[in-house]
Amino acid sequence: MKRTQLLVVGGGPAGLAAAALAAQRGVETMLVDEQPRPGGQIYRSGGFTSSTLDRLLGESRRHGAELVTAFEHSGAVYRPRTSVWHLDPDGEAGLLVRDAQGAGASETIRAERIVLATGAMERPVAFAGWTLPGVMNAGAAQILLKSSALVPEGRVVLAGSGPLLLLVATQILEAGGRIAALLETAPRNMNAAALRRLPRAGRGWREIARGIGFYRYLQRRGVPVHFDVDGLVAEGTGALGAVCWQSGGVTHRLPADLLLVHFGVIPVTHATRAIGADHVWDQAQQAWRPRLDEFGATSVSRYAVAGDAGGIGGAQAAEVSGRLVALDAAARLGPMSRDERDRLAAPLHKKWNAATAVRPLLDALYPPPAFAADPADDIVVCRCEGVTAARIREAARRGCTGPNQLKAFTRCGMGPCQGRQCGPVVQALIAAVHGRPIETIPPMRVRPPLRALSVGDLARIARADSDEAY
Amino acid sequence: MFRRLPDDERDRVVLTFEDERIEARRGDTLAAALLAHGRMVTRETAGGGRGPFCMMGVCFECLVDVHGRGGGRGLQACMIEVCDGMKAGRHRTQSSDEPEGAA
Repeated sequence: MKRTQLLVVGGGPAGLAAAALAAQRGVETMLVDEQPRPGGQIYRSGGFTSSTLDRLLGESRRHGAELVTAFEHSGAVYRPRTSVWHLDPDGEAGLLVRDAQGAGASETIRAERIVLATGAMERPVAFAGWTLPGVMNAGAAQILLKSSALVPEGRVVLAGSGPLLLLVATQILEAGGRIAALLETAPRNMNAAALRRLPRAGRGWREIARGIGFYRYLQRRGVPVHFDVDGLVAEGTGALGAVCWQSGGVTHRLPADLLLVHFGVIPVTHATRAIGADHVWDQAQQAWRPRLDEFGATSVSRYAVAGDAGGIGGAQAAEVSGRLVALDAAARLGPMSRDERDRLAAPLHKKWNAATAVRPLLDALYPPPAFAADPADDIVVCRCEGVTAARIREAARRGCTGPNQLKAFTRCGMGPCQGRQCGPVVQALIAAVHGRPIETIPPMRVRPPLRALSVGDLARIARADSDEAY
Repeated sequence: MFRRLPDDERDRVVLTFEDERIEARRGDTLAAALLAHGRMVTRETAGGGRGPFCMMGVCFECLVDVHGRGGGRGLQACMIEVCDGMKAGRHRTQSSDEPEGAA
């Protein structure tokens, strides 16, 4: 079995920063990432040059490239196209390595310490028609732009809330695309909760000015912006044909080819739940996150978390938290003294506080819409198994108290995505039926394999292990 | 649904998706290549066709079958790259919302 001192899972800003610093400080480090190139979703690239993309993505693209270069020169081992399908308490990780066309082979690695830097995903919100082809996450459109230089065309509608939605809208326009409408689920004027958070929000005013700037830009470019949007519906047979919504007491309907939705981002907690780490409900971000100490250590020995996987803080904060986790790893694994760790960490903790000061304001400015917690009965919640909100409510009424029991009742959460998409919605539905606070409904239990693998992949694991035994 | 930026000068790659010839660019994921070609449906379920939703490997909606050497069933089209001569098609998933009595 292969060994390494430190295994970093995820190649976004947190993982890259963690692996680079740990390796520079003399820790034997390996970084595994599912993507073919480092950068994570935020600094994703197709590995080709494009002056248009340089112009559109600007500073972000440059900074991502710098981070990747620093990582590549750090001496850390890099394993692209590699998923973790199993993690155990002794630091043994089951890896699934795929070639570019998807053929898998497996191996096991043992690490003294493991950093989970699995990032964030867009918050799943089940609304009518969200399973129709032609409905995608706004982040998905941005990934297509960054990695394949693709720009949405046709009748494009954006809906939801949050900085990323506005950023994607401006990028589409600046890339020469058109937007038929932007449907903002937040109110036009700042709500009272956001106002209260403004004084302590650090660069809060700048963030608000940025938001106002985005809306002004959209209006200048002739994009109709609707606020306080409710009752979002994607219509169509076989594929998206139109988008319906209510705002200002009026029901609207707009023919559309592509609907890009975004309702904020939540931590990807699959790995931290699989190892049985303690999690806390983040009321402001309406999501679970692992309970961490100030160096990112989880409640499970050997395991730490860096970046958005530990709570949404954004790319800047992710990078800083990656460095903090690396310092702690260096101190625990030998090469660094505790004193040196603390000395180097002090400015980083300040930086992290500064980078995350704006979060409570952003959370208050762009809350998930009310309809997120209350999908109509006929809406499919579990995309994999086709389980509707009605069946989940019925199972809850029949006595199902949590998502784990619900799996057995309905198969909800048992498809290939393993509850990644339906989990948050199921939690809200069960809480509503039982009239209980949402944080009393536990998240779905995660069991290996963390990623679907074929029987062929498993057979290749067995052969590799028996080879080693001889 | 999507068009390519004009200054994308990557090499062309030709693949086949259910007898349809699709021209893509080297480095495209299969999902990106299909969307650029205007093909929104990658998977069939009892509840209808589905297409790429997240493009980052968490939704498992873009499942396809890749035929031939090194291929497989139910692979995520957003996680694999196109290559010349690739042959692929929609994945068909049985799910628990099959009509009553089917189970």
